[in-house]
Amino acid sequence: MPQDENKEGIGGMINPRRYGIERVAYLLMRLSGLGLLAYFIGHIYETSTILRGQVGWNEFLELTQTTEGHAILAIVIAMCVFHTVNGIRVMLGHGGVGVGKPARPDYPYDPASQNYRHKIGIYSAIVLAAVAMMYGLAVMFGE
Amino acid sequence: MTQASGIANEQTSTPLSSSKSITLRISRYNPEHDDSSKFMEFSVPYERWTTVLEAILEVKKHFDHSVAVRYSCRQATCGSCGMIINGKPRLACFTKISELNSNVVTVEPMNNFPIIRDLAVKFERLFDTHQKIKPYLIRDDTELTSDEKEFLQSPEEVEQYIQFANCIKCGLCNSACPTMATDSSFVGPQALAQAYRYVADSRDKGKDSRLKIIDDSHGIWRCHFAGSCSQVCPKGVDPAMGIQLLRGYLLGFRS
Amino acid sequence: MRESTIMKIHYGTALAAVALVAVHILMRLTQGFAESLEYESVLANYKFIPYAIMLELILILLSVHGFNGLRVILLELKQGRLYEKAVSYGCLAAMIALIAYGSRTIIMTNMGMV
Repeated sequence: MPQDENKEGIGGMINPRRYGIERVAYLLMRLSGLGLLAYFIGHIYETSTILRGQVGWNEFLELTQTTEGHAILAIVIAMCVFHTVNGIRVMLGHGGVGVGKPARPDYPYDPASQNYRHKIGIYSAIVLAAVAMMYGLAVMFGE
Repeated sequence: MTQASGIANEQTSTPLSSSKSITLRISRYNPEHDDSSKFMEFSVPYERWTTVLEAILEVKKHFDHSVAVRYSCRQATCGSCGMIINGKPRLACFTKISELNSNVVTVEPMNNFPIIRDLAVKFERLFDTHQKIKPYLIRDDTELTSDEKEFLQSPEEVEQYIQFANCIKCGLCNSACPTMATDSSFVGPQALAQAYRYVADSRDKGKDSRLKIIDDSHGIWRCHFAGSCSQVCPKGVDPAMGIQLLRGYLLGFRS
Repeated sequence: MRESTIMKIHYGTALAAVALVAVHILMRLTQGFAESLEYESVLANYKFIPYAIMLELILILLSVHGFNGLRVILLELKQGRLYEKAVSYGCLAAMIALIAYGSRTIIMTNMGMV
């Protein structure tokens, strides 16, 4: 990155520490999106092994039905739930839902768009993702 | 790294009697002959009311007059003294040292703005993007005749945009924005909030042309509602709110 | 295509995919996770036409949503006329390739060509 532009770069973009939970949600949304896309591509390849018949399918299934495979799937479940719940929150926000109404600002200028509704949405997404991951682990390892 | 612990023996109009002092770390960089920035440290006395800008001006007065900083009004009105203070974009004149709760105050030039020297950055791109969204009332009847009256607005109509008219173009929002951190072509929260300011103005008739400008691959859709812009705005403009309300027009939620 | 149209598609595919993926996951859970992954069970799923149509829809919806999301991230990381064109067309090509590859599995299995 050229020094004269003085852009923060990827390090600044992904730094979740300075601007509260909204920036954490922004980072998790990106990471979960990329993770889910990677999983989706892998899943399409995985399911294509059915064309190799029962032997091919079972061989590939053996590779994924391992402790590591289950752990990865549990992370995928968490990413999926977080991406969905937070995605709905962001989508509503993008439509102007729950971002507050314009008003004359008063000191100390707490931004109305960064309100408790959206914070609850983010925390809910994180909690639901954790719960879904636990449930997924219980289903996969319980059998 | 330069260490200056005492105050130079010279006449000053503002005698420093405080027993409290902080270490002020100032980023020094001259693009004309430096490869990278380096920090210079100064021990600066302060009172409960001393602002970061006043501390920097003390350094200029007593230790090193070559520190480059842009400032003017000293009361959060001109938007000149935006900089990164202890990791966050803030106005130096609007940030008291005492409220930072730190013995070390680090000041750096704003991110996502080209550096002129030290703490002074170029505002050309911010002004260009601001100009791009047509920051003025657009009407068909631009020529006023002598017998015409002013455009009347109800208090409710004023309320729709007045918050966004508080923007002082300090650039803190652009500096905090995660998209601006990597995207040089992004319009930015400042300009997008100003686009909403004019679109929401009942006197304005330029909504369609503005929406067309921002409906671009580096326009409003590159905002992901992280809200950092609103958190750092020193005037309570809340650009994130303006951008989402503006996007509502493009998504058909508003007309 | 205007960016607003692309993003409306992005939101639309997301909402539709959430509903269909929920059905897809529920199918795994109602059958029992391990049993649902057995060869005969999966084959039966593919041969049941409404389910195969649903899988095809999920494939299209998630490919469009996923690769547009990737395009957005890549466009924000770096700029330049050539780079942006390469990203947009590259993501479109990858999306089409993935849909074609996934469709091949669904169609061939559904038609009993296994």
